[in-house]
Amino acid sequence: MSLDARLEVRLGSLALDVDVQADAGTVLAVLGPNGAGKTTILRALAGLQPLAGGAIELAGRVLDDPQAGTFVAPEHRRVGFVHQDLLLFPHLSVLDNVAFGPRSNGTSKVASRAEARVWLERVGLEAYANERPKALSGGQAQRVALARALVGHPDLLLLDEPLSALDVGTRAATRRDLHRHLADFAGVTVVVTHDPLDALVLAQDVVVLEDGVASQSGALAEVTARPRSRYVADLLGTNLLRGEGRGHVVALDAEGGAVEVAEAVDGPTFATISPSAVTLHLRAPEGSARNAWPATVTDLDLLGERVRVHLDGPVPLVAEITAASLAALALGPGSAVWATVKATEVATYPA
Amino acid sequence: MRGLVLLPMVLPPVVGGVALISAFSLRSPIGGWLHDVFGLQLTFSTKGVVLAEVFVAMPFYVITVEAALRNVDQRYEQVAASLGASRFTVFRRVTLPMVAPSVGAGAVLAWARALGEFGATITFAGNIVGRTQTLPLAVYLKLEGDGEAAIALSLVLLLVSFVVLVGLRDKWLVRA
Repeated sequence: MSLDARLEVRLGSLALDVDVQADAGTVLAVLGPNGAGKTTILRALAGLQPLAGGAIELAGRVLDDPQAGTFVAPEHRRVGFVHQDLLLFPHLSVLDNVAFGPRSNGTSKVASRAEARVWLERVGLEAYANERPKALSGGQAQRVALARALVGHPDLLLLDEPLSALDVGTRAATRRDLHRHLADFAGVTVVVTHDPLDALVLAQDVVVLEDGVASQSGALAEVTARPRSRYVADLLGTNLLRGEGRGHVVALDAEGGAVEVAEAVDGPTFATISPSAVTLHLRAPEGSARNAWPATVTDLDLLGERVRVHLDGPVPLVAEITAASLAALALGPGSAVWATVKATEVATYPA
Repeated sequence: MRGLVLLPMVLPPVVGGVALISAFSLRSPIGGWLHDVFGLQLTFSTKGVVLAEVFVAMPFYVITVEAALRNVDQRYEQVAASLGASRFTVFRRVTLPMVAPSVGAGAVLAWARALGEFGATITFAGNIVGRTQTLPLAVYLKLEGDGEAAIALSLVLLLVSFVVLVGLRDKWLVRA
């Protein structure tokens, strides 16, 4: 019951061209900035956006293949779609919203409602069966929408920004709920999000979409360990540098600086440095750190006890220090500092 | 097509009546055929009154329902389709219930317009007491003899208009 698709869609200024693969029972996260084409992927899979090229195969069935002239209409795809705005039918009770799928597929009214009631119990909302969707809170509506999509046992479940409409308080709880329900789901799940935490909690695999193409894809652990684009590195909050490796030195492409590394490298290389591995000094340091660069503070972000210091210089970096050391160093935008990083703290992999 | 449906809205009702006569009188091809085949006479009959009033009031219904259909959030229909609903089921269980208030409002509006219809009715169906005389026609006739009866009937029509206005204020007047 796996999903194997190559999606080519042209829509205004967006040229989507991406491979989407996932096995039954797994969750694939599509991560990317706004306007990258994330929702278009879901619309294409649901049959709301015909492909210009490529093909979609789900559970051994070809759903869309423009070359072969195959196109299966949305109502025959067995795909559950939970929209960002949930879109519960306002004129139907909560129970009838969930019963809508089975009822549309020819199940009797009584049997559909019985089935819907089981799902409402599963998401803990049987008490609201006869209410209108208007009476539900954001988190509850989210669970009803999920139940409505899952009740027909679809082959593929599509979730569009499932948590973005919720307030911060309910988001964590709903994410946990979602994780539990997706773990029980036998089909393929594709979840679109711009929040890396959603991907980390819910998914096993990830496609990072930028400007309609996958800048990186694969197992979540692999992508997070080796970011290959600025966007991914920023999401993970790490420093990503690209340069030419020669022995124990990586000469940076853009800024003219050089980074000493512990393991010998050769050819185009990515180097990542965790912000907490960067130490800041007011004077040029002496000591074991082999990487020491002059830098100017451009910006400061407060994150609870920690402060992220954005630095510009031959090696642009973000450093994470404690609020106490920020006070000791008396830094502000424009301050001149020295940044040091031990060679062993620099992770490298081929670009 | 849309222009044709909305034409009676801007047409003087008397002209509408004349048009109906030319189309459906016993001497016209359509009217003659209806009479020969079905024994149906529309001119100067109660059925003729219904036809004249439908002709004049229809655009009010069409325009209200059309606007509502145009404003339905298509994403609800897409959700319904992805849940396996056929086009007909989508229309019956999602689209129609969502525009139901406008269907009601359009019907009431058209009914109110029909209730006051004068020109097309008298031209096409005449003014035969007990057969084709409508309330406005009665008001007009009574005005020449029994003035108080005319005022009483007018008050009834006024009351109906007022009720319609109050009933539709959320649906129609606020939005416009």
